[in-house]
Amino acid sequence: MATAEPWQKAEIPGPTKALVITKPEVVVAMVKKAKRPILIVGHEAPETDIKEKKLLDYAIRISETGKIPLVATAHIVGEFIKKGFRPAAFMPAVDIANRLTDSEWKGLDGNGQYDLAMFMGITYYMEWVLFSGLKHFGQNLKTISLDRYYHPHASWSFPNLSMEDWAQNLEVIIGKLGGT
Amino acid sequence: MSRKNVQLKIKELKTDAATIKDLQLSFGRLVAETWTEPMGPTPYPSITALREWDRKLLQRYKPFYMPYCDVCCLCTFGKCDLTAGKRGACGINMAAQQSRIVLLACLIGASTHTAHARHMVEHLIEKHGHDFPIHIGGINIEVEAPITRLVCGVKPKTLGDLEEALDYCENQITNLLSSTHTGQEGDNIDFESKVFHAGMIDHIGLEVADIAQVAALGFPKADPEAPLVDLGYGTVDTQKPVVLCIGHNVVPATGIVDYLKANGLYGEVEVCGLCCTAHDVTRYNPKAKIIGPISWQLRFIRSGLPDVVVLDEQCVRTDCLLEAQRIKAPVIVTSEKNCMGLPNRTNDPVDAIVTDLTEGKVSGVLILDPEKVGEVVVRTAVKVAPSRQKFKTIPNFEDIVAGSKTCKKCNDCRRACPQDLQIMEAVAEASTGNLEMLANLYDVCIGCGRCENACQVDLPLHGYIVKAGEKKLKEEKFKIRSGRGAIQDVEIRNVGSPIVLGEIPGVVAVVGCSNYPHGGKEVIDICREFANRRYIVVTSGCAAMTAAMYKDEEGKTLYETYPGSFEAGGIVNVGSCVANAHIAGAAIKIANIFAKRNLRANYEEIADYIYNRVGAVGLAWGAYSQKAAAIGAGFWRLGVPVIVGPHGAKYRRMLLGRNDHEEDWYVYDARTGDRVFVGPAPEHLFYAAESKEEAMVMIAKLCMRPNDTTKGRAIKLTHWIDLHKRLYGTLPDDIHYYVRNELDIPITMKDEIHKILEEKKWKENRIPDPTLLPRMIRKRKEEA
Repeated sequence: MATAEPWQKAEIPGPTKALVITKPEVVVAMVKKAKRPILIVGHEAPETDIKEKKLLDYAIRISETGKIPLVATAHIVGEFIKKGFRPAAFMPAVDIANRLTDSEWKGLDGNGQYDLAMFMGITYYMEWVLFSGLKHFGQNLKTISLDRYYHPHASWSFPNLSMEDWAQNLEVIIGKLGGT
Repeated sequence: MSRKNVQLKIKELKTDAATIKDLQLSFGRLVAETWTEPMGPTPYPSITALREWDRKLLQRYKPFYMPYCDVCCLCTFGKCDLTAGKRGACGINMAAQQSRIVLLACLIGASTHTAHARHMVEHLIEKHGHDFPIHIGGINIEVEAPITRLVCGVKPKTLGDLEEALDYCENQITNLLSSTHTGQEGDNIDFESKVFHAGMIDHIGLEVADIAQVAALGFPKADPEAPLVDLGYGTVDTQKPVVLCIGHNVVPATGIVDYLKANGLYGEVEVCGLCCTAHDVTRYNPKAKIIGPISWQLRFIRSGLPDVVVLDEQCVRTDCLLEAQRIKAPVIVTSEKNCMGLPNRTNDPVDAIVTDLTEGKVSGVLILDPEKVGEVVVRTAVKVAPSRQKFKTIPNFEDIVAGSKTCKKCNDCRRACPQDLQIMEAVAEASTGNLEMLANLYDVCIGCGRCENACQVDLPLHGYIVKAGEKKLKEEKFKIRSGRGAIQDVEIRNVGSPIVLGEIPGVVAVVGCSNYPHGGKEVIDICREFANRRYIVVTSGCAAMTAAMYKDEEGKTLYETYPGSFEAGGIVNVGSCVANAHIAGAAIKIANIFAKRNLRANYEEIADYIYNRVGAVGLAWGAYSQKAAAIGAGFWRLGVPVIVGPHGAKYRRMLLGRNDHEEDWYVYDARTGDRVFVGPAPEHLFYAAESKEEAMVMIAKLCMRPNDTTKGRAIKLTHWIDLHKRLYGTLPDDIHYYVRNELDIPITMKDEIHKILEEKKWKENRIPDPTLLPRMIRKRKEEA
């Protein structure tokens, strides 16, 4: 099994660390296996450049291709709307994370709790503790970091990636999510 | 008020029955009661006395824990892996462990403020006597110690009276700390209740410390027109000897000012400060200067301007001594809590100490006598200044370019940086002779120096950033209104009604430290926005300094533009960290002075009043410390929500409401006893925002309270929705929770809000006389 270091070096998680996504197909398989996946996108998404695109553009494509409900955190719902995309919901990052730990929550659509939560675009140190909260208190929930840097409190995370590798991974995920 | 340990000695007492000689009587406590207000239900509350109130709040705002790591390592059983439901060797689970950590943080904060208060009171009693009166605002302040009155049920009149409140604090802190021992408390909600208790105790410590110093040191006394004083590196006269005081306890700095005045040197030596000592030294002497918040420690010391560095307590970098040694500036440490390994010279002759310091025989000394500190510091500064010639350790341009060429491009600097700043890229650019990228980092750097410690080739990277930003640093010349202290009773009378009815849309307390996610400009933007919207903006601590560090087109800072009075549109600097007591005190005084609720030992009722009626929100955008955690906890128990910036998520626990849990948002109507749905107002009690925009919208939202009149609610909705539309680019999707009837709807937004209400199948609700306390119901329904 591949190993990775936290991006911020002092952020030592403990005995249970995220499995490293060595191939983007892992994410695709996890999403397809999940009954109720959800994508949570933070405020860095509109300002993070990935080559000529924004992280926000990738988030929209993942949501649309995988038919995954997207929650915009912080203030960025308007950025999605400008792109002609309406998120399933918008709420603070701590709020959606808190709901994901509640086994009684009915979800955004009233059909029940989610079993896979993917995150992208939240500041590293904040996403770090959100993943930790979900790791310890999210019953039956798997989490995936789609951000560029290793997040050991997630269930699965990319290792620290170059910009090119990150873009390539996201492209593969989007491409294969649309397939059967 | 009472007196402790009173001894009565009678040499000879003759009665019909007998003659008694050498009679000695000892009283543990002698109470001289003059306060006629009836004693409330919880004088000097024990750890569990307010547990039921806490649980009401914690039922609505359940903790969401976000552990730093998976283990507990507090005893030798450990480390214990507590991941995902596992229990440790002592039986504790992760929820209890996290709440225990939160409690420990708050106790560190509460003990720090209480110990500060104890030192301050003892020093002032020694100087002025037990009977020195606590006058903190003359005829404008009758309720001089609202927190102490509320919690303890006593009305302190003199410095000596404050000791009893501190006895109580120390007792409670000891008991609370004992509950964190292995094998004591094991329930997370009980830990959380103890967190609230620690916060309440902290607020007493704050209040005692500030009212003692305001009364006895001649600080501005509840003065909205407190002087405008200088702030910023650029305000320092570099031609004079410069004394830099760092910390929070102003006592040693007053010794310096006193010595200068007594010896005709006032104005000959620059006295400046960093962090809250800076606030308080300007409250003592308006000619003193504030350099800036805590983050300026490294940059100012390395600039070489200080000729002597004086350290007191709290938030002092523990490497200040090393940094000062590098610029050849002697260090005087002045607190038992922060001795820095230096020799105690308190009892040595001043001449000998000054000689040793100026001749470099010692790099620093510990002196615990503030008067001696004053003389040693001034004489040393005057003597070393000509030879030091402001020797600095900030590298020059050539050093930076040459050093940058040795960078190994490991990126460890960025990976050590709390802000994830692109330092490596900036260094690469610097190696070509262009420092622009480094200069851009100056505004967002929090000054921790972790980049330097991480550097594999020992480049002084923080120095690079400061040098690149040197022009900005030298241009830092601002005006801040000196900390005014308490809010006047008459101000409370003037704003009590519009606040409680909602017509002043809220009180926003911008407080705390300077661990900002993107620099201080965001704090300034927030203050300006809410002052322009006619909220009352209150500032304190490092945030109050940050709020001054920007000038508008006319060259004015916020404090020169907005009034310093507690009124709609005011920007009110109450002072240092301990002056946060006056913000809590203002909320308490609204309940007492405006609403005539009894204050004395009546915590639960007053907190219930504040929670349901006073639209106040705290924003600690750069909170980093345990003290900030304790201050926040004190506000939580009073029912005042607190927002922190993204770094605040590292406090590891939020207190979050759920707007989809309708059953959580019922109150009693005190008029009838009916349970009435009031919506999630306020929605959260402790909450970390990702972005400035999110925080601004949440501030407006969290100001709503069940008691708002329709006019007040319409005003609050207008601000919230307007900010939401501007900053989120769309309408809020939860407006229906906050519209209680047709009259709540802002007139200019009727069409768009009606559309949402229809979609959400909204139903009209009535506005109750809200309370969470059944005992506050005046007439039960069944009795009607």
